[in-house]
Amino acid sequence: MARSEEIISSLDRSKIISLLRKGIRLDERRLTEVRPITVETGVIQKAEGSAIVKLGNTISIAGVKAEIGTPFSDTPNEGVLIVNAEFLPLASPSFEPGPPDENAIEVARVIDRGIRSSQAISLEDLAIIPGKRVWVIYVDVYVLNHDGNMIDCSSLATIAALLNAKVPKVKVVGENNVEVLDEWVPLPVRDRPVSVTIAKINDTLIVDPSLEEEKIMDCRLTLTVNEKGQICAIQKGIGGSLTLDEIYKAIDIAEEVAKGIRDALPPLPDLKDVVWVVKEEAKEKLESEAEDSGG
Amino acid sequence: MSSSRISIRKEQRPPKLIDEEGRRVDGRRPDELRPVKIEVGVLKNADGSAYIELGRNKIIAAVYGPKELHPKHLALPDRAVLYCRYHMVPFSVMERKSPAPSRREIELSKVIREALEPALFLEYFPRTEIDLFIEVLQADGGTRTAGITAASVALADAGIPMRDLVAAIAVGKVEGQIVLDLCDIEDKYGEGDMPVAMMPSLGQITLLQADGVYTPEEVKKALELAKKGIMKIYEVQREALKKKYIELKKEVEEEYGKK
Repeated sequence: MARSEEIISSLDRSKIISLLRKGIRLDERRLTEVRPITVETGVIQKAEGSAIVKLGNTISIAGVKAEIGTPFSDTPNEGVLIVNAEFLPLASPSFEPGPPDENAIEVARVIDRGIRSSQAISLEDLAIIPGKRVWVIYVDVYVLNHDGNMIDCSSLATIAALLNAKVPKVKVVGENNVEVLDEWVPLPVRDRPVSVTIAKINDTLIVDPSLEEEKIMDCRLTLTVNEKGQICAIQKGIGGSLTLDEIYKAIDIAEEVAKGIRDALPPLPDLKDVVWVVKEEAKEKLESEAEDSGG
Repeated sequence: MSSSRISIRKEQRPPKLIDEEGRRVDGRRPDELRPVKIEVGVLKNADGSAYIELGRNKIIAAVYGPKELHPKHLALPDRAVLYCRYHMVPFSVMERKSPAPSRREIELSKVIREALEPALFLEYFPRTEIDLFIEVLQADGGTRTAGITAASVALADAGIPMRDLVAAIAVGKVEGQIVLDLCDIEDKYGEGDMPVAMMPSLGQITLLQADGVYTPEEVKKALELAKKGIMKIYEVQREALKKKYIELKKEVEEEYGKK
């Protein structure tokens, strides 16, 4: 990131800090108030699932693409989930083109950790022929406008896109072959983990830091909370440090705030009676049953 | 790895990660650390270095600097730049790891840097850079925390002014229990891993990550347990640093005779 963009005038800095001492933020939010969230899903028809999320002026778009591939040799009975995040140069004057830097990689890995730990997508659900054929799910999330807290915005976009994703039903033919059918079914998403990023500025904890607040924050703590209110990923970011009491306070805040954020997401898909893989034998059996009853 | 390759080293998930008597796969109690050993000044070329063994982890850390920063436009007018590279050698793990930095290593390099920065008086060395290299020679679970522990000793050995040492350990969840210092089998087959780094004398947490699912109470329990482990690691760090100077004193005395 270009350094000039990270610099904030000492006038702004002292203004933010003196306001925070009174419990007020520059944009008039409460300390634990999240900026307005809008979630729009299904925005990209050619993607298996997609979503644009706005968190204040921060915007992220996520797209899901699915393909059928081979499993990793150490996890033959599991599908593959790959989360990738990129900060586009059009999102901020400080972003430059090029492969994801450590900041983008961190965002992707924190999102990935939340999904895996919460079993939002259980990789075993993605196996088609165990050991041979599995679903490989790619989620690519792009920041379109950076106004602070790219982690939470991109995390919401990722979950929203997964909730929106549909894959075709597949039929197993013989030992190794897979036939793709015309019927599309939702991806087996079983939880909606929500990440809550808390910034520490001069011993004050605030939720969902804006760009100005990020520029002067001493420390950042991202806590991902699942539907049951359990913590399913933690990441402390940038320099600075926290006491144990500050961490406990941050957990209480995250628990409280996560529910409200989750309400902005689409509901979990109804997975009752959904079948992702049909076996050829089963179909033959059905046919023979049909013949039996017909005869 | 792709399924076309056949791995020759197989490990199996032990039927139980904690037995009826509360013993873990390597015989430890839930709140027990693995044996830890730290050596200071192991590399002559480096301005500071340290070697750590924690269980079967073997990690070496080296510090060069403060030194001139290239290219110059990256220099900061008010403080030193800390550059950190965490790297695993290809033979440090069961299946050969590509020597190129993985996404994991890039993330860990970042969080390790951020765990150490709060302890350093970087403002004493404007326009310079301090290089920190962490090489994992053998990995056995908890490499980032062992790496931080060694790195902070190497920084002290290099004479970089510090507010406190940084000591680190992982806690986690195995068979539903919160345990201290996961070994790689527990890391792989357990339910969660939570690396923690701390400036022990100041009571400040400088690294906190977690995967796995925890209730808020479990997080608190895990952090308290981590703090206990960190205090023990801190003691080993301080002893290792002292030992170097006691040995140095002996050498000088032998050469020039006692006054």
